[in-house]
Amino acid sequence: MTAPDSKTHEDEPQFSPLHDAHVKAGAAFTDFAGWQMPVRYAGDLAEHHAVRTAAGLFDLSHMGEILVIGSAAADALDYALVGKISAVELGQAKYSLLLAGSGGIIDDLVVYRTGEDRFMVVANAANRAVVADELRARCATFDVQVFDESDDVALIAVQGPAALAIVQFVPGFAIEGGHPDGDDVAATLAELRYYRSIAGLFNGKPILFARTGYTGEDGFELYVAPDQSLELWDALLEAGAGHGLVPAGLASRDTLRLEAGMPLYGHELSLDTFPAQAGLGRVVNLSKSSDFIGRRASEDGPAADAPVLVGLAGDGKRAARAGYDVYSGDAHVGTVTSGVLSPTLGHPIAMAYVAPACAQPGTELAVDIRGTRHPFTVTALPFYSRKKN
Amino acid sequence: MAAKEDLKYTAEHEWVLVDGDTATVGITDYAAEKLGDVVFVELPTVGSDVAEGAVVGEIESTKSVGELFAPVAGTVAEANGAVVDAPELVNSDPFGDGWLIKVRFTELPQLLTHTEYTALVGE
Repeated sequence: MTAPDSKTHEDEPQFSPLHDAHVKAGAAFTDFAGWQMPVRYAGDLAEHHAVRTAAGLFDLSHMGEILVIGSAAADALDYALVGKISAVELGQAKYSLLLAGSGGIIDDLVVYRTGEDRFMVVANAANRAVVADELRARCATFDVQVFDESDDVALIAVQGPAALAIVQFVPGFAIEGGHPDGDDVAATLAELRYYRSIAGLFNGKPILFARTGYTGEDGFELYVAPDQSLELWDALLEAGAGHGLVPAGLASRDTLRLEAGMPLYGHELSLDTFPAQAGLGRVVNLSKSSDFIGRRASEDGPAADAPVLVGLAGDGKRAARAGYDVYSGDAHVGTVTSGVLSPTLGHPIAMAYVAPACAQPGTELAVDIRGTRHPFTVTALPFYSRKKN
Repeated sequence: MAAKEDLKYTAEHEWVLVDGDTATVGITDYAAEKLGDVVFVELPTVGSDVAEGAVVGEIESTKSVGELFAPVAGTVAEANGAVVDAPELVNSDPFGDGWLIKVRFTELPQLLTHTEYTALVGE
């Protein structure tokens, strides 16, 4: 267990337990929230397309994992977060938000109920410390313990239409309480529904199989101890060799999540953003009986003229990038938060905050791309949805 | 194409092949690698005059935008249309088919040698 107050040094880069494997695989690295993480291996476009058509393997060990354990854990999280966490079933996961009292977003999170009185809260790497601190403070009056386990948890994601076929047949996998040799793994993982998790073993050590992700594709996120991560990484690469699985970096992760219309903290979400502005009003449960931090501000809501998040689609090949200005005629009406030339769709896509009057799908706007205005049309999110069977 | 050792370089990670009064310009493999997959290239019009150090084009990857600087003053004699149609050439063959422009010049400025450039990028 990590000491409750352990903090990471901001000036010294942190390395994933898989760093050497990434170096060997020829990865280029980028700084992400103080971590040196793979930005790409062979090429970001090939990695993007692999996830859409086959599968990609992501090292997400920089993410924060915070455990909330105790008889009052569900009630404590009902108070700390915007969702009704007490209604989350054992084995279920839920996307939620940690709000400030002002109603602004401190972080977006995925909460896994991994026991009757045990939850794992997964936070963005940049917000790990603030989320852990906030959870400790908010849970202080409840009978729970909060542990920042981020340094003791590695996370590997397998994402793409071939993800299931790959994880079904990894040697060494077993389901906790299941067949000792893992003969039930293939069927159990096939039956695992989206946003569900199940505890298992990898070579006899604990693993959490979660059917979650951030790419818009089917896939799994696998949580293990750091000293198991290299063996798991290699086992997955080997199991995926015949399925087109490739290691994929953060560059493709960003283009994939953008096509899937998923917000990214620091771009679409911030302390100055209300969930309702970001299209996340449904995540805030105002009908739950308990109080929660940010409730009053959420009930009041953002100002009527507060900008709202929209999708923008353009023609040609030039991306509207974060920070670029959005215009309606000559009026400045907003700012782009993320944008790229969509690898799947072949045209530029972006997310932007614009004045509510300009937010209707079909509205014709323009983005100033380094001095030239280019037409963009407001488009319903997501830009891309996978075909479901 | 010439060997990398025989090319001239700029601190903006461009290479220059001098042939008589014409300089062929591209970006180095180091720059292409840093950019990631190039998805859009904009080049200056043939016949336009360019000043040394001026921004004359753009090289855009999924992650970022790089500017193309004119390493020499002169007139754009050719722009590589193949790269505009297939920007991935910048990644697959930065010193060959991924060349960007040819500039006819009268005076060649001080450029980096291969040794100086490799020292600059620390390789």
